[in-house]
Amino acid sequence: MNAAGTRSRAIAKLRTVMDPELPMLNIVELGLLREVEVEEDGLHITLTPTYSGCPAIETIVAETRRVLADLGPVSLRIAHAPPWTTDWITEDARRKLRAAGIAPPAGRVAQPEAVRCPRCDATASEQVSAFGSTACKSLWRCANCDEPFELLKLI
Amino acid sequence: MSAGLLETVASQPAPAPAPEASGALETQRARFEWLLGLADDRLILGHRLSEWCGHAPILEEELALANIALDLIGQAQMLFELAAETEGAGRSADALAFLRDSRDFRNMLLVEQPNGDFAFTIVRQFLFDAWDLPQLEALCASRYKDLAGFAAKACKEARYHLRHSHGWLLRLGGGTQESNRRTQAALDELWRFTPELFLTPVLPSMSSTSDASEAHFQETVRAALSEADLTLPDAAPFPALRGRAGLHSEHLGHLLAEMQVLQRSYPGAKW
Repeated sequence: MNAAGTRSRAIAKLRTVMDPELPMLNIVELGLLREVEVEEDGLHITLTPTYSGCPAIETIVAETRRVLADLGPVSLRIAHAPPWTTDWITEDARRKLRAAGIAPPAGRVAQPEAVRCPRCDATASEQVSAFGSTACKSLWRCANCDEPFELLKLI
Repeated sequence: MSAGLLETVASQPAPAPAPEASGALETQRARFEWLLGLADDRLILGHRLSEWCGHAPILEEELALANIALDLIGQAQMLFELAAETEGAGRSADALAFLRDSRDFRNMLLVEQPNGDFAFTIVRQFLFDAWDLPQLEALCASRYKDLAGFAAKACKEARYHLRHSHGWLLRLGGGTQESNRRTQAALDELWRFTPELFLTPVLPSMSSTSDASEAHFQETVRAALSEADLTLPDAAPFPALRGRAGLHSEHLGHLLAEMQVLQRSYPGAKW
């Protein structure tokens, strides 16, 4: 198979690697997968973790290796620079988050927007806690429908 | 404590002197120790915060303190990797975290102080965050690319940390008479550790900006204290002990005994 074919097969496989803490999203749409290169000595994969201490990264690395096992040798690099940003989350992934009851990041880093309740879409929300169940989320409550929800922090 | 731990402690070589004289020729050892200091601050403070797990006053703080602990320990791991690479002796990040003894730790005294009450933890955190954020912002421009990459990442997290500790400082200081009393007591106790924050010069190879950060720190602290109805303690005396030189309070040994017991008892243990 040629390099382009191997690359697209690898990416298709990587779309099956889900983030264990946001299981509705795969690592491609979450923006964790930064590079896929096909070299003579095998596949070179670069991943960028969301937060420095993200405990999900070990599982993601193991799962990445597992799904790519039949594509030959894989060298995997964890790159911290440039740092991960929620701007890398795709539109499709933002819809999936909302459908799962998690508010996607409000806008882009350079252009923040009002936080919207993932249930009733109202913008009248208040932050309950800047820190949530995982490093990437904060806790909010909707002033319109009264429901609590999690928000992916804009970062 | 296992016999293995005692043997390891006894066989530790004497620590090398910390980088001191500015202008002296920068050695690989000095660079290693400098990175180690930055890493150890985070590991030790992260461990201290993790001790709050299951004990925080409210659920939101349980989450917040654990999250901040996780960020700091993650940052420490990245820095240990850079330090290990600089040292070039084949030590891993885990070996640096779990197989060094107290005299080889380079963290500042402030971060190893026991948690105390919630006010004490918040004041300790605020002093650290107020120092750390401008430092990280300066390191973003480092010519040492991997360190700049680390700083860019850590900066984003540090902004959240400072917002958190600053917010609590205001609430505790301006809260009840009791919360104000406890916060002031914590400040009076911890202030003497702050001169150490600015004692170790930044190595030219690590950051191009020299220390404008002390003024920045003083300004952040003064503004927050006056808003929180707290009083700045008298100037702190020059510290007798120096965490950056491996001279620690007795608290660090106890912390390490707990943090390292697994790797010391079962070297190389994994799960």
